Amino acid sequence: MARLGIGGWSVRLIVLGIGVALLFAPFLFPGVRAIEVAARICVFIVLVASYDLLIGYTGIVSFAHTMFFGLGAYGVGIALAQHDASWSALILGGAAGVLAALVLAVLIALLSLRVKAIFFAMVTLAVASVALVLASQLSNLTGGEDGVTYSAPDLFSPATALFHDATGRTARFFGVRMDGKIAAYYFIFGGSLVLYLILLRVTVSPLGTVLKAIRENEARAEALGYRVVAYRTFVFGFTAVMAALAGVLYATWLQYTGPDTTLSFEIMVDILLMVVIGGMGTMWGAVIGAAALVMAQYYLRDLMQAASDALAGLPLLPDLLNPDRWLLWLGIVFILLVYFFPAGIAGTLAGRETRK
Amino acid sequence: MPPSLETRDLTIRFGGHVAVNAVSCAFHPGELTVIVGPNGAGKTTYFNLISGQLRASSGQVLKDGRDIGRLAPSGRARAGVGRAFQLTNLFPELSVLENIRLAVQARSGVGRQFLRRASGHRELIEQAEGYLAQTRLTEVAHQPASALSHGDQRKLEVALLLAMEPDVFMFDEPTAGMSLDHAPDVLDLIAEIKKDRSRTVLLVEHKMDVVRALADRIIVLHNGTLLADGKPAEVMASDLVREVYLGKRGAA
Repeated sequence: MARLGIGGWSVRLIVLGIGVALLFAPFLFPGVRAIEVAARICVFIVLVASYDLLIGYTGIVSFAHTMFFGLGAYGVGIALAQHDASWSALILGGAAGVLAALVLAVLIALLSLRVKAIFFAMVTLAVASVALVLASQLSNLTGGEDGVTYSAPDLFSPATALFHDATGRTARFFGVRMDGKIAAYYFIFGGSLVLYLILLRVTVSPLGTVLKAIRENEARAEALGYRVVAYRTFVFGFTAVMAALAGVLYATWLQYTGPDTTLSFEIMVDILLMVVIGGMGTMWGAVIGAAALVMAQYYLRDLMQAASDALAGLPLLPDLLNPDRWLLWLGIVFILLVYFFPAGIAGTLAGRETRK
Repeated sequence: MPPSLETRDLTIRFGGHVAVNAVSCAFHPGELTVIVGPNGAGKTTYFNLISGQLRASSGQVLKDGRDIGRLAPSGRARAGVGRAFQLTNLFPELSVLENIRLAVQARSGVGRQFLRRASGHRELIEQAEGYLAQTRLTEVAHQPASALSHGDQRKLEVALLLAMEPDVFMFDEPTAGMSLDHAPDVLDLIAEIKKDRSRTVLLVEHKMDVVRALADRIIVLHNGTLLADGKPAEVMASDLVREVYLGKRGAA
């Protein structure tokens, strides 16, 4: 039932709230760390939504999503590190990364989408491991484990003034300096928004229904006249391109690309958790899952520190809430979420509303 | 009139077991052929070989003279061979309307569009609603297929086949497990399809009253071979068929 009633009001309100918070993030939450968190949420929404199209809508399990994310990011990173910090290097590097992702995805899909789902998942895992090894071994190009550091185009430099005030200095709106960092944030926000809307559109398109049909009953979709292998290949390539574009955005924002920020399996696990927490096959879930997990990763420790301090003097409790134990608490929160929201936050909430 | 569908020496072996053995048979437009035979005779396997769920060990499947025996099921569906399944075979979490729209859009070719809203294709939805009205499923259009009663699921199965608008309609026990008040709906639909003389209908059915009411021709399968082929009255009168079909030697 949950998948039919994706438009539950509470889910839409939550997503709208997150969207508005992200739109005004630089003004609502000033500070370097907050804007870092907001940009990461934007990029991960695209990454998780594209993964949801793959796993939640079509039922394809892949562990290569971070590899495609990494290809986009490394395309930008290598191009900007080896050439000047120009728009043309950014665009060419990004395009090369996206193209590489597309070609690789189509190859993997054509070679192995005919096999059973579990074997396909294993193939993607193997290819992704190779990509990770290559990234750390080809250190001339990729900087190995250290990654590459570079500058983004001048527009995004903190020294750039977007607007000048009467005295010729960088203007402030609501107390926020209108510098290149703001431009970079809105570049990320706008890019992510466009990509997310495209993904959302795909889910309500005729093709989106075919994807769900393949998830539900592959043989029947085939019997109706849909070439299932072609549709799967398309969606695998399409989501790889989306992940690579998310990588382009993230590399532009971070001005650093390394295995830990794009390729590692920890990120793959994060994506999986975000999809599950948000709600598979809902698209809205990507927004909720990405926001929840990224916030938890950045702020749970602070929250625990505050709680621990507030309870100082009581027995045991301050120790339990010691920020060093944040991963334990994160784990407990996950278990509770999965227990109370078995179809993910968006899926379960929407399901409750349609049942009424 | 040339046959729209023909099988030539169609055979499939599973290890040493020959499930369908060199069945040659031609089916013509405007003809409703009922395939009968005891359980395990190979009726559903024969259907699977025609619609592509199984690949034949040897022999050919011809649609309007063209060999479609090497095509995937999707290719055969696009060639005009449509199939409804014996066990309910739907998209359970999609709504009834979405189920039908999938069949309609497979034929219209918009399934590849991914940046247009499905709801913007009014003509697709209107066609889908037409099939729902025809199969009396309009009231449950927005329920997920899994929430339907067994009878309504069978009707949806038939509606999917109608919506494919094939040249060849294959029904595999369309009334299996249906209550007496639902079965006539489905049989009326099949009778309706039969009226259009350009269509070829194949029907696997056990209920003899259904066979009598609808069949233009009956073929009998037994242990994978074609045992009898002819007008209903002839076939049903034949001793051999009675013997096989009733499973008793010398039965009246």
